[in-house]
Amino acid sequence: MIPLQWYLWLSAAMFAIGIAGFLIRRNIIIMFMSIELMLNAANVSLVSFGHHLQDMRGQILVFFIIAVAAAEAAIGLAIIIALFRNRTTTYIDEVNEMKG
Amino acid sequence: MIAQLTFAYLAGAIILLSLLVISTKNPVHSVLFMLLMFFHIAGLYLTLNAEFLAAIQVMVYAGAILVLFLFVVLLLNLKEEVAVKRFVVRWQYGVASALAFFLFAILALQSFVAGPKGTITPELIKAETNTKVIGRILYTEFLYPFEIVSAILLIAIIGAVSLAKKRLRSEQ
Repeated sequence: MIPLQWYLWLSAAMFAIGIAGFLIRRNIIIMFMSIELMLNAANVSLVSFGHHLQDMRGQILVFFIIAVAAAEAAIGLAIIIALFRNRTTTYIDEVNEMKG
Repeated sequence: MIAQLTFAYLAGAIILLSLLVISTKNPVHSVLFMLLMFFHIAGLYLTLNAEFLAAIQVMVYAGAILVLFLFVVLLLNLKEEVAVKRFVVRWQYGVASALAFFLFAILALQSFVAGPKGTITPELIKAETNTKVIGRILYTEFLYPFEIVSAILLIAIIGAVSLAKKRLRSEQ
């Protein structure tokens, strides 16, 4: 029997790697994949909580998160294609009209 | 013992592959590492008695979402990506904030206290199968969120089509 803490540490590490990837990469596609990584980290922690607490709601939440991630991937990739069509770049530091 | 070794292998592989995802030069390699990582996460779900989610992980994430990513990477044809620099100028701040989050999460986890256990014991799952238990709860207690998810997917389809379609000449 593996303690719950191990799964939560793994989830925290995955989430931290996702944050790092989102903040340091220039390519918007890799940034987008980092978001998927963070969603997966949340999924791992939810499933392990559900297993540990002997409740099925964790797995149902993961089911919903996967559905939302699919929707988000479709929308996000459409945005990337629209960006590439207008600017011919996928590097976010070259898209700076708003001076954000 | 075997359970611990399996977990150690899966966790190590997931961490290593996710580090490779955010650090490789070529986006195509990045997507393929991510594919491998999703398979390992599906394996992790199997060790947590979540067979249905393991199958969904392989089908939806590895089968649909990553193929979509791969299509976009290949469609945009980023040849010069291998030559240009990968990271933003102030990448140290990004790494520092990720490490800060990790430390904060580890410290916060120390004070976690588990609530009372629920009624879905492993014996019940073994007797009734994982998918059946999920279905029973999903279509009774979570019927309303389930319908909302279907609406979200419909909106995503419409949004993706309207965002990615070519502008007609008359609209410009």
